Amino acid sequence: MSGELWTTLQDAAVGSFGDYAFMRRALVACLALAIGCGPVGVFLVLRRMSLVGDAMSHAILPGAAIGFLLGGLSLPAMSLGGFVAGLLVALLAGLVARMTRLREDASFAAFYLISLALGVLIVTLHGSTVDLMHVLFGTILAVDDTALLLVAGISSLTVCVFALMYRPLVVECFDPGFLRAQGGGGGVIHLLFLALVVLNLVAGFQALGTLMAVGMMMLPAATARLWARQVPGLIAVAMVIAFLSGYGGLVLSFAWNLPSGPAIVLMAGVFYLISLLVGPVGGVLPRLLPRSHLEA
Amino acid sequence: MSSAFPGLRLTDLTLGYDRHPAVHHVSGTFEAGSLTAIVGPNGAGKSTLLKGIKGLLPVLGGRIDCGAWASSALAYLPQQAEIEHDFPISVLDVVLLGHWQTIGMFRAATRTMRQQAEDALAAVGLAGFERRPLAALSVGQRQRVLFARVLLQDSPVILLDEPFNALDARTTADLLALVQRWHGEGRTVIAVLHDLEQVRQYFPRTLLLAREVIGWGATAETLTREALLRARAMGEAWSETASLCVRPPLADEVAG
Repeated sequence: MSGELWTTLQDAAVGSFGDYAFMRRALVACLALAIGCGPVGVFLVLRRMSLVGDAMSHAILPGAAIGFLLGGLSLPAMSLGGFVAGLLVALLAGLVARMTRLREDASFAAFYLISLALGVLIVTLHGSTVDLMHVLFGTILAVDDTALLLVAGISSLTVCVFALMYRPLVVECFDPGFLRAQGGGGGVIHLLFLALVVLNLVAGFQALGTLMAVGMMMLPAATARLWARQVPGLIAVAMVIAFLSGYGGLVLSFAWNLPSGPAIVLMAGVFYLISLLVGPVGGVLPRLLPRSHLEA
Repeated sequence: MSSAFPGLRLTDLTLGYDRHPAVHHVSGTFEAGSLTAIVGPNGAGKSTLLKGIKGLLPVLGGRIDCGAWASSALAYLPQQAEIEHDFPISVLDVVLLGHWQTIGMFRAATRTMRQQAEDALAAVGLAGFERRPLAALSVGQRQRVLFARVLLQDSPVILLDEPFNALDARTTADLLALVQRWHGEGRTVIAVLHDLEQVRQYFPRTLLLAREVIGWGATAETLTREALLRARAMGEAWSETASLCVRPPLADEVAG
């Protein structure tokens, strides 16, 4: 590695956060996002709903676009719009799954596609391409105090709600029939969880954009599966990896003037790929290593 | 067990899915403390009846009466429990869920409850398995864990849907012994079963079902050759598309 490259990286990794307030804000935003998205992502993976997170992130777009049309580039307006749209799609998909033959994943796919097309249409009819890019990809480096409060508020709320519904949520994932037999409540828990998914996607949306927000949620959660065996461990690993990805992505983005959203998600992707190889719980290399059968 | 369990009385009970009846006009009583096997051909509505008793299906007609007991207090072990087997959860945590009626969604499990869970695991032959992940267990061991959970529920009524399916002889014998123990403790146990020898040997009472009651009483008197033939004929005569309560032709016409 050449000396110049090293200096650039070192400046970005340490100096940038001391010198620039926007970098510090971005870092705090990443920490808050990591704490909220960690548990949400882990339960999405455990519930085999990884792609539902993806669908939801697209579903947010028209709401954000309408918020953008009504309130301009105002974060509260766009976030509220996004939250309402995401929740609407979640509810409709759940309703369709209950009332018709279609399964929940199929109805999710249908509604998010409708929602996404509607969103793109609204934005292109009434805004410029620059606006669309902003909504789609976000700018974590432009996070202001309002945005920071919003993200921190959402992640605090997420942690509290998880603390309350942890046991029923685990049972609803692991043995839904048991919950039903004990008097139900699974439906409410499921909806509450979907609301948390939408909220955290909305939080990630200003920083990473609608398309990238789900990356901070799913990649660390999938990675955690390769490192931990129990749910609390999974959540902890997912949070740490999400934060490290945020930090690493910010550094790269500062050093080489890269867009921050993709840089952060790519960092998470690097963690994922490395873990696939060396992850102690079912990674490729640990599986290949010979192990005495007496240990097992 | 608080107030005495009065037994389970079914009166002209009809159950089904999508307003499509699957079990017709069942009347009779599971006496308190009785040990009953429900037997019948595939599709006879055995599981449906159990789900109905548990309160998981809407009652299309008639009624289920079990005194002041809520259906959530009845222990129910479904067939092939729809459990996510590779979910990262420990054996002890699964068993502790048996305390749900006491701890619910939010309250903490006490030291006593933990001890009870460990005792339950020992009772099903899984002492020392507390910390193991559920995913590492065999089919038989998983069924033992679920029995331990039922044990902890300490319910006056225990509903078991094909509890010994896909289990080896040793596991079946151990779990059958547990069923006998529950019977001895005065609990009302109702199990859907297929192995008629097993039923004759261990279950004093039998309900022979084929969409409707073919026979219900002491096992030896219920499981007669004629009754079994009749049940099989009823099972075969059943039409999936029938939407009304029309009785299929009776066995003496079909078999005779």
